[in-house]
Amino acid sequence: MNSLGLQAIYVMWMRQVKRFMRAKSRLIANIVQPFFFLAFLGLGLRPIKLPGLRIGMSFLDFLAPGMVALSIIFASMFAGVSMIWDRQFGFLKEILVAPVSRLSIVVGRTLGGATISITQGLIILAVSILFGAEINLLGLIPGLLMMLLTAFFAVGLGIALASRMEDPHAFSLIMNLIMMPATFLSTAYFPLESMTDWLRIPIYMNPLTYIVDGLRGCLTNSFSIPPWIDFTVTIFLCAATMGVGTYFFDRSEA
Amino acid sequence: MAVIEARGLTKRFDGLVAVDHIDLDVEKGEVFGFLGPNGAGKTTTIKMLTTLLKPSEGEAKVCGYDVVKQPDLVRKSIGVVFQEPALDDQLTGRENLDFHARLYGLNKREREERIEEVLKLVGLGDRADELVKNYSGGMRRRLEIARGFIHHPRILFLDEPTLGLDVQTRRAIWSYIMELNRREGITIFLTTHYLEEADKLSDRVAIIDHGKILAVDSPRKLKDMIGSDVITLRCSEPNRLKNILESISWVKDVKHHGEELSIYVEIGETKIPKIIKIAEENGIRISSITLREPSLEDVYLNFTGKAIREEVKPMIRRPPRFREWR
Repeated sequence: MNSLGLQAIYVMWMRQVKRFMRAKSRLIANIVQPFFFLAFLGLGLRPIKLPGLRIGMSFLDFLAPGMVALSIIFASMFAGVSMIWDRQFGFLKEILVAPVSRLSIVVGRTLGGATISITQGLIILAVSILFGAEINLLGLIPGLLMMLLTAFFAVGLGIALASRMEDPHAFSLIMNLIMMPATFLSTAYFPLESMTDWLRIPIYMNPLTYIVDGLRGCLTNSFSIPPWIDFTVTIFLCAATMGVGTYFFDRSEA
Repeated sequence: MAVIEARGLTKRFDGLVAVDHIDLDVEKGEVFGFLGPNGAGKTTTIKMLTTLLKPSEGEAKVCGYDVVKQPDLVRKSIGVVFQEPALDDQLTGRENLDFHARLYGLNKREREERIEEVLKLVGLGDRADELVKNYSGGMRRRLEIARGFIHHPRILFLDEPTLGLDVQTRRAIWSYIMELNRREGITIFLTTHYLEEADKLSDRVAIIDHGKILAVDSPRKLKDMIGSDVITLRCSEPNRLKNILESISWVKDVKHHGEELSIYVEIGETKIPKIIKIAEENGIRISSITLREPSLEDVYLNFTGKAIREEVKPMIRRPPRFREWR
């Protein structure tokens, strides 16, 4: 990639970060929901004992990494899908007519989306530590890698959706019909071990499960699935959506 | 030297032919007007020339580069201002320009210099650090024009640059465009469905309708083509009078549109009495008669068979809602 490509990646990233810093209400809206979940579910159900919770692990400890993972997934998907609004408001044409490759546009947007969503994820992690969640701070190193992969996966998914969808309303439909149930079947709220047998099938089929379990494992040393499986699946997901997203975007016309 | 060359350029959408085998030669340094009604294929042509759409057939070269085979080289040498606004309204005017300048690889010093320069040229210097969402329609347009030529393009494409703007703003934009063409020597390719705009700005005009180019020449020559004078009249039986006049040798052409007849002749002032006499002899009452020089509108009418103003009318008419309130 030449210097113009790097410059394009940088401006695409910069634009998203600038917009994010200016839209305070969006940041608050994105953080409020996991905050309430942590406050009401996490603090309220803290003394509860569930199969799958290690000895000495509170429900808040369990819930916090899940909330971080979900908020990164949602914020990243939104960053990818926001391309639809660029198309709607015509800005996409300005980008497509510039002498830069489509790949550098996708990479810039992905890095921008990842920066924003991981910032939000870290804010939520800090909030849960304030609430009293016990987090293994050393695990933050593999944890950050997991967050990055998660963000790339979800931005790629968002870009793929945005390249194929003409109508922004279709996005909220997908969010409600697919993403909502997927989060409940991802072990973000309840441990895998506490689910009935038949429910475990969709949980194992749900890609989000591996992301959530991987991040929780890093941050609390409590994996329900072997870590190498979590990471392998996540890397695969990430490569798949990034590839499909770039492919669709490359073929889309303004 | 031709900076835009198109041969047999064609675009089909699901069987519908939007642009139908057009040939174009735009010379370096000229302002080339692409005139036609809405849906004539103007925007589709611009999208093909700016590499946003692939032609179904034919080929086009922009600054010597093939739009299909060398899209990156084409993109580097052109600036585009689209019909719909293409600004990020969450960024300031200056940030929009900076974003663009970086995308085109200008270094820091060039960016700073050039941004000041273009802001000054379009008169936005004092508002540059405000968010674009607070800009008026005219300011946005000016910012987009400024952005379009910030990277020293050899050709600037303007798709309906004054669509939806009020008369004053339109005139201001015209003067910026002329200034740009004069000062920076940029070739300008602009589409419009405003005849006055094409007439005022263009060195040469192409008239396009239903995806086909009907005529290309300077506005002056296009007008000369249809005769030196136009007599417009209203009368009781326009169809019958038209038939009668068409058989007369000194009448070049007669067009009937709405309630008016346009009669194309030489030395019009001597023909008015003759026309009145002919009408009287045939028992046709003339209610009004005027003589004028041909406008681009007459040219347009002559080539497309319909008046362009019939199509722009709905846009200037007040919405019915407001009339009910009165």
